[in-house]
Formats: sequence, C-alpha cells, structure tokens
Amino acid sequence: MEDLETFREEARRWLVANAPPSMSKPLAPGEDLCWGGRKTRYPTDVARWLAVMAERGWTAPTWPRDYGGGGLSEAEAKVLAQEMAKLGLRPPLVGFGLTMIGPLLLHVGTEEQKREHLPPIVRGELRWCQGYSEPGAGSDLASLQTRAGRDGDVFVVNGQKIWTSYADKADWMFLLVRTDPEAPKHAGISFLLMDMDSPGVTVRLIKLISGASPFCETFLTDVRVPVRNVVGRVSEGWGIAKMLLRFERNMIADVFKERDDAARLLALARRYLPSEDGRVGQPLVRDQLVQLEMDQACFDWTLARSRARTKAGHPPGPETSIFKYYGTELNQRRRDLAVRIAGPQALGWEGQGFDDDELKLTRDWLRSRGNSIEGGTSEVQLNIIAKRVLGLPD
Amino acid sequence: MALVLTDEQELLRRTAREFVSARSSLKRIRQLRDRRDPTGFSRELWSEMARLGWAGILVPEAYGGAGLGHAELMVVLEELGRGLVPEPMLSTVLLGAEAVRLGGSEAQRAEHLPPVASGERLLALAYQERGSRYDPHHVETRAERAGGGWRLTGEKIQVVDGHVADLLVVSARSSGQARDAEGITLFLTRRDAPGVRVERQWRIDARGAALVGLDGVRVGPEAVLGGVDAGGTLCQQVLDRATIGFTADMLGGMTAAFEMTLDYLKTRRQFGVPIGSFQALKHRAARMYVEIELARSAVMAAHRALDDGADDAHVARMAGTAKARCSDAYMLVGHEAVQMHGGIGMTDEHDVGFYLKAARAAEIMFGDAAYHRDRVARLEGY
Repeated sequence: MEDLETFREEARRWLVANAPPSMSKPLAPGEDLCWGGRKTRYPTDVARWLAVMAERGWTAPTWPRDYGGGGLSEAEAKVLAQEMAKLGLRPPLVGFGLTMIGPLLLHVGTEEQKREHLPPIVRGELRWCQGYSEPGAGSDLASLQTRAGRDGDVFVVNGQKIWTSYADKADWMFLLVRTDPEAPKHAGISFLLMDMDSPGVTVRLIKLISGASPFCETFLTDVRVPVRNVVGRVSEGWGIAKMLLRFERNMIADVFKERDDAARLLALARRYLPSEDGRVGQPLVRDQLVQLEMDQACFDWTLARSRARTKAGHPPGPETSIFKYYGTELNQRRRDLAVRIAGPQALGWEGQGFDDDELKLTRDWLRSRGNSIEGGTSEVQLNIIAKRVLGLPD
Repeated sequence: MALVLTDEQELLRRTAREFVSARSSLKRIRQLRDRRDPTGFSRELWSEMARLGWAGILVPEAYGGAGLGHAELMVVLEELGRGLVPEPMLSTVLLGAEAVRLGGSEAQRAEHLPPVASGERLLALAYQERGSRYDPHHVETRAERAGGGWRLTGEKIQVVDGHVADLLVVSARSSGQARDAEGITLFLTRRDAPGVRVERQWRIDARGAALVGLDGVRVGPEAVLGGVDAGGTLCQQVLDRATIGFTADMLGGMTAAFEMTLDYLKTRRQFGVPIGSFQALKHRAARMYVEIELARSAVMAAHRALDDGADDAHVARMAGTAKARCSDAYMLVGHEAVQMHGGIGMTDEHDVGFYLKAARAAEIMFGDAAYHRDRVARLEGY
C-alpha cells in the first residue's frame, strides 16, 4: 500500500510536469481523441502528450516493458488512471491497437510478432483497423468469402471487407480470410495482419444516417501478405477471431461506461424541462432518468465483478456478451432520452435555430442506433448467452 | 471495493444451501400454506438456524451474536430466498433486532439482543398503516403522555410475523401532523400487553403477517427506543438497511425461479424438439440472465456499502438502487417463468407459482421500483 502511495505521488508529479496544459481541457466540439497513425496530423500539444507518455510506456501502462509498455501492475495502472482523472487529463492515445490487436498478440502472438507490432502501437505510430465483416457475412461472420491462396511464403488475398472502422485512416488491418475453401465453414479461416499500404488495397467511405462516415468498404485485389503475419495457425483462425471479439465487446462496454453522461443528461433535463420546485418537470422523464442512472451503476458493478475475474487470470469468457448487449442498450436509451428531452430542438440537421449541442445530440442518437448492430448484433449476443452461458440447445 | 466473495463466504453459502435442501423443501412451504399453519413457519427449524448463528448474525458478540458482516448476511439470505424459507429472518433479524441494535439504550440491547441471537425471542416492526403506502413517516397512530409513560392508539397493517412476535417495535406520532418526518417515536411493547389486538393476515406469499391494533396500550418511559420524537429517522434507517438485506432474499428467489425455468426449457419437448431451442424463448431467457446478473451486482454493492460503513444518505441510495432493480427483475422473472412453463405453470400443483407470488409480495414490500426511483431522484436533488 505504501509503495502504491509513493507511486501515486511520483506519477502525479511527473504528470503535472510533463502534460501540456491544454490536455486538461475538455475536447472542443468536433475534436477527437488521438488515434495515432501516419495518416493523421495532430496538433502540437496532442503529439507532444503522446510522445512523452509513450516514452514511459504509459499509453499501454500494463504491457510488459520488453514490448514498449509501462510494465505497471493493475493496481499501479489504476492509480495512474485516477491521477490522470483528477488532473482532467485526456488519454494520450486510443484505438484498436491498444484495445484489440495488442491484447490479442500478448495472449497468442509469436515472440517475433510481439516485437514487431507492439512497440509501434505503444508509440502511436501505426493505427489499426479490423477487417471482419463482408457484404455477405455480417451476423453470420463465419460465412466470409475473402480468399487467401498460398504462393510460397506469401498469401495472395482477394475479396471485399465492409464496415471497416476508419480504414481510410489506418496503417494496418487485422483481417479474417478463407485459406481452405474445402473445409467446413468454421474451419479454413485464418487471421492475418496486413499493411494497408500494400498494392491492391482500395478504400471507399460509407455515409451513415447521422451524416458521418466512420466506416469504409475495403477492396482487396491480389494483395500479398507474408505467411509470418498469420496469428495462430493457418486455417485455425476462427478461435483467434472469437477471442478478439471478446476483447472488442469489453472495449465497446468501456466506451459506454461514462458516468458523467448522467450529469449531462440531468443538465439537459433542467434546461428543457424546468419546474418551479427545482425538480425535473416531467415525472416520467425523471423516472427514466433515475432508472438509467441506476442501471448504469449496476452495469458498472457488473463490469467490476468481471474485471476481478479477469484479474485472477481468466481471459474474458462468453459472459462478456452481457456487456456488449447491455452497454449498447444503455447508450441507446441515453441518446433516445436526450432527444425526447430536447423535443422540437432535437429536430435540427444543421444551420439556423439550433445550437451545436442540439445538433450533436440528434446526430449522436442516430449514430447510436448502430451500436446494437456493429461488433455483433444484440441478437447474436443473446444467442451467445443462450448457448454458451445458459446451455440452451440448438 | 471488491465485489467478489471470500473463501469463507463461499463456505457459508454451501452450508446454507445444504441446510435449505436438507431441511426446507418447497413441499414444506406448500404444507404450511395448505394447513393454514397459524405460526407460518417452524419454531424448531428457527432454533436450528439460531444454533447456526443466523439469528444473531449481525448481533455483536458482546450480546451473544456472531457479529458478522453484511456480506455474510447476504450469502445466507440469498440461499434462504432460493427456498422461500419463511422463518423469521426478516422480522426478527433485519427489522426488530436492527432497530434495537441501532436505536436501543445499553439496557435495551442487553435485555433483547441475547434472546434474539439464541432464537428464543421473536421481534416485529409495526410501521405500516392503511394510509401510509410506502412512506414510513406517514404515521397516524398516536402516542399520548399518560402518567409517567405513554398511551398508544392506532392500527398497523401487514406486520410481518406480528402474530407470533414476543416484542413489537411500534412507530407512533408523539407530535406534529400525519406526514411529518419529525415527531415520530418508536416504542417497544409486548404482544401480550393489554390493549394489543393481533389478527393474522393471509397474503399471497409464504410470509405470515398480522393486523396489529393498539387500543390505548400503556407503556412506561423505558419503552421508548432511540429518543422521543426521533423515531422517524431511526425507522427510516432500519428500513433502508433491512431493504438491502431483503434484496438478497429476492435475488435468491429470482435465481431459483430462473433455474427452474431454464430446466424446463431444456426438457419440455414440443414439435419434436426441446422448447429451449426456439429463438423466441432463448432471447428472453438470455435477457432474464442479464437482468439477474445486474441485480446480483446491485445487491452485492449495497451490502458492501453497509460493510464499508456508508453514511445514511448513501445507504438510502444503495437501498433504492438495489430494491428498484430487484423489484423489476424478480417480477420479470416471475411472469416469464409462468409463461414459459405454459399451462402447467398456471396450476397450483406446480411450484413455479409460489415464486410469482413471492415476487409480487417482494416487489411491493418496502416500496416498489417507482417509489424508490422517485426517492433516489429526490435524494440526488432532482
């Protein structure tokens, strides 16, 4: 305990000395966190914040020092997060490298793969995207058709990926391909790491109902990927794919774990539904607000229970489907309630008569409808719970 | 705050589960109901539970109790809740003894807590009235000064185990108006005192309750629990803590009803396949599982808060969160359990109906979800 307090003291002092003051300010409207990568230019302070934190390995605090990580214990990482929160500091780096492919490689990557890919992730040099879904393979992911034929020590990849988040900004992609077309559906799939700058990779943006374009289509024509970039064994990638999905579900749950959203919603309710006695004007809205806050608390506690299990050494099991399913539902309820609280002011698309916050909450609501579709639909999550957790028959 | 059980607590859970499976089947619950058992539970079994240390689980060792924490209490109550065990944990341990422990003088504790821990004395909290709904501060029962003591007049409803309790803790208005939070006093009175009129009430669930009439009951000054006009706060404090304990009982009940239903989904065949292979039912079963897991987290977090010595306002918020969630989840599970059992679930012969009735009674006792959400909103200032 004493050591932890010493660490807390040192960490705080270091953060105060090294964090650019602007990194303690909330994000400006339209500003995003730092996702790293070679294809995006970040403001000076953002880049400096990333550089000093990466130098200590504190962009990936619990990863081993050998791979560029901070080598901190879970308890120290928690203290670091607490101190950053106290100072209002934003994370220096976010992205699929830190939350998905990195943890996966730590679990199942070869020593060579760890040494090649983990340090650039820690330093934010390379940004990753996920090549799972295809036009004909959404909820039924294992029916994917992208082929990879062997040509000596490379695979030649042909096919199409869809709903690739930020493929236009990513440097590398981890993707699923069919390496054995004769094998049954779930066999014959391999997990590949691919440089997005390889010849034959083309990316096109998809525009959503919210107006934003976070997703892309990715076309792959005779793309050559070295065989050493296969994670796990050739044609045994389905197990790897599922393990990564569990990291993804944990991550999506993390995204929806923001308690201060409750305060924001309450402020919204006070603004649009004021009443003389200081309470929220409409009892039904008030009830939904409290219920949301209670459910969020229950969700956070459930996440904490699961974390305690993971900490004891178990990789995330099928019960993590709860978090994807319920975390997205909570977020959708939150966005939906915000729109109903704002009423007519939530109907703006752009321009006159609507302020930035109003325009944002409307687009956030539209965007949130995708939460229960991406990363495995809610229906697929319920199937997983029914089958793997409850043992209900097929 | 670690939301995991220790090895010792897991051991206690096993002991409690074995006790319930060996000593209290649902058949016993059915028999108690069918013969309209006047007590509503077994005094012999209660003695055994006391010997296991459960009657005095929260009672400090100085008063002959086990002096354990709320996490241990939670584990035991969950197991008892699984079996719908009607022995007087709620009335005596969670309500009566806690009122004495939290509000009593040294003399009152020394007099009442040891016989509670040994299983010899039963207590009940008489706080609810016809007009009070869920508000414990709505008290019309009057306490008037008479001689050196007091005279109590009024009527309390659905006093859990009021028909068998040796000692009643009664809330009465010593000053102010019916709905004031101030001006309430808690009194200890024997059930067999002159002027106490007790009538057994029969509810849908397995718990025994009674109407308690107070026809000018005379008590001395030593009967006051926790100070004159200070009983409103004390009563609320006791209720919030008991509510948290009660959610563990609810969690056990909903878990058992869910497991019973899951079993049925796997074994009942229609159209040549187990009905649990139908996606319409699978998804609903999965949703129930999610709701129960969230309820379990709330119950654990609330008990942990008590063990961490949370202040009254925080305890109230945790009680509200846990009770609102368990009320909704238990009712969902109760309704779905009957629906998924189909026709057999509607028959009295099948046990699943016991859980639906227990769910309904539990949902409403100590305030339903809407009440607790409104209360928490007020506590949070909106």
